[in-house]
Amino acid sequence: MENLIEVSDLHKSFGQLKAVDGVSLQIKRGEVLGFLGPNGAGKSTTMKMITGFIAPSSGSVRVCGHDVASAPIAAKTCIGYLPEGAPAYGEMTPAAFLDFIADIRGLAGARKEARIREVVAKIHLDAVMTQTIETLSKGFKRRVGLAQAILHDPEVLILDEPTDGLDPNQKHEVRSLIGEMAPHKAIIISTHILEEVHAVCTRAAIIARGRLLFAGTPAELESRSRYHNAVTLTVANAITDAVTAALRALPDVTAVETRASGANQQRLTVTPRDGVSILEQVQRAGRDGGWPFDQLFVESGHLDEVFRTITTTAGSAGEVTRT
Amino acid sequence: MSRIQTLFKREFRGYFATPVAYVFIVIFLFLTGIFTFYVGGFYERSQADLEPFFRYHPWLYMLLIPAISMRLWSEERKSGTLELLMTLPVSLFEAVVGKFLAAWAFTAIALALTFPLWLTVNYLGNPDNTVIAAGYLGSLLMAGGFLAIGSCISALTKNQVIAFVISFVICFAFNLSGFPLVLDFFRGWAPQAIVDVIGSFSFLTHFNSIQKGVIDLRDLIYFATLIAFWLYANMLAIDAKKSS
Repeated sequence: MENLIEVSDLHKSFGQLKAVDGVSLQIKRGEVLGFLGPNGAGKSTTMKMITGFIAPSSGSVRVCGHDVASAPIAAKTCIGYLPEGAPAYGEMTPAAFLDFIADIRGLAGARKEARIREVVAKIHLDAVMTQTIETLSKGFKRRVGLAQAILHDPEVLILDEPTDGLDPNQKHEVRSLIGEMAPHKAIIISTHILEEVHAVCTRAAIIARGRLLFAGTPAELESRSRYHNAVTLTVANAITDAVTAALRALPDVTAVETRASGANQQRLTVTPRDGVSILEQVQRAGRDGGWPFDQLFVESGHLDEVFRTITTTAGSAGEVTRT
Repeated sequence: MSRIQTLFKREFRGYFATPVAYVFIVIFLFLTGIFTFYVGGFYERSQADLEPFFRYHPWLYMLLIPAISMRLWSEERKSGTLELLMTLPVSLFEAVVGKFLAAWAFTAIALALTFPLWLTVNYLGNPDNTVIAAGYLGSLLMAGGFLAIGSCISALTKNQVIAFVISFVICFAFNLSGFPLVLDFFRGWAPQAIVDVIGSFSFLTHFNSIQKGVIDLRDLIYFATLIAFWLYANMLAIDAKKSS
């Protein structure tokens, strides 16, 4: 499958500040890349360079085979972009705004009408079509921005924090929408919300201080967690000490932590060595000791912990981890 | 529809979506009336022409055009819509020209709404209507010049007040540059050739000759070059400032 987005060794400096420092990415049709990173990490700057808003200091971007620097119009034609904060002309109504976007994108006649109708229905904008955009709630503004981005059914979709400011139902809707479009497009979304990576992304990239620190699947990201394949269980207070001691003695266990204490029960998390599966060992230990475990489940890994580890420590090494 | 047309249409409608258009037109008509009848002495002169009407246009524009142009780009930058606009399949040239033409067309409408004066002078006497037509042409060209300056300055700042003040000062300088006050400032240290060039930059000299009914190619070239220069600078300004 061809790469719809090809980012090669992208650099951008603002004076002394290196905002983006050697980022390379390839995204194929059908892939949804979740772009993660702390505030000011260079996510938005990278997206601005991919969409041709700002020129890179060095490096190149190709979108649908068009070089963004030398063929900007051709590249921009196949990109749908939701900029950070979903800017739109406040004095316009969504109807007039989408009409303008359709015209400038070269949609005309029946196709234009059909696309506007389809997108408005999909994003549930019907109720606010004749209100000026500046009077809309944050959630509706974001949806107008999203409608604008997908209006021309672009092959490449770049969404800077598409679910920011939406309520949980709206978030769910937007995620389903992205999921629905995903098979036919190459999509990049930036987000702060780690669960989003799980919900919609096929790949994840973590960027901090302008450098790409991780690129892989969400599962691979989780497998880097200390808690990958850890087992969490709940036991009665009376037997906690005995259970803890027995689990610690297991060959593949590195630690047993008390995560939460209740009046009668304690929740323990058993962390494995090198992320190996320890479920069976734990279960066997339970049977051997005759201990009733009230709850028992395997953790897939804590994304926020991995995120913290990667963005606060690995950054100094400056190495890109590819898995 | 071409992209410049689409941008033009959106921008032009934008004026009428807010009170900006109505306030501007009313104030413009009110001030032209005051200048023509009270300051210019339209009746007292007892001449069938619109000279007292056109005479004050450079000074009116100096104040009012920056009020139109100040929002052109600074608002786009401040609200973030510049990023939206510049990531649509639109070239910088198309965006600058589309917005400029919309603003120019809007001032053309304001200017056209002064037609009752033309009717009045035709009712009262037998004016030379070709001279009046030339006056309107000159006034429109001059408005374009002021707008191009204002558009460029508005691309340099997110703050509309700053855009207004700086545009006002530059427009003022372009009006004044034919006056001894300005020329003397340069005469002290600059060679005569430069002083002459500065003098020839004045809007007043070029506007006055057109307004008298003499449509000289050089005056047309002057305004066309001036507009082209400032719009080109406008493009450079957007390019330089958009990432900050």
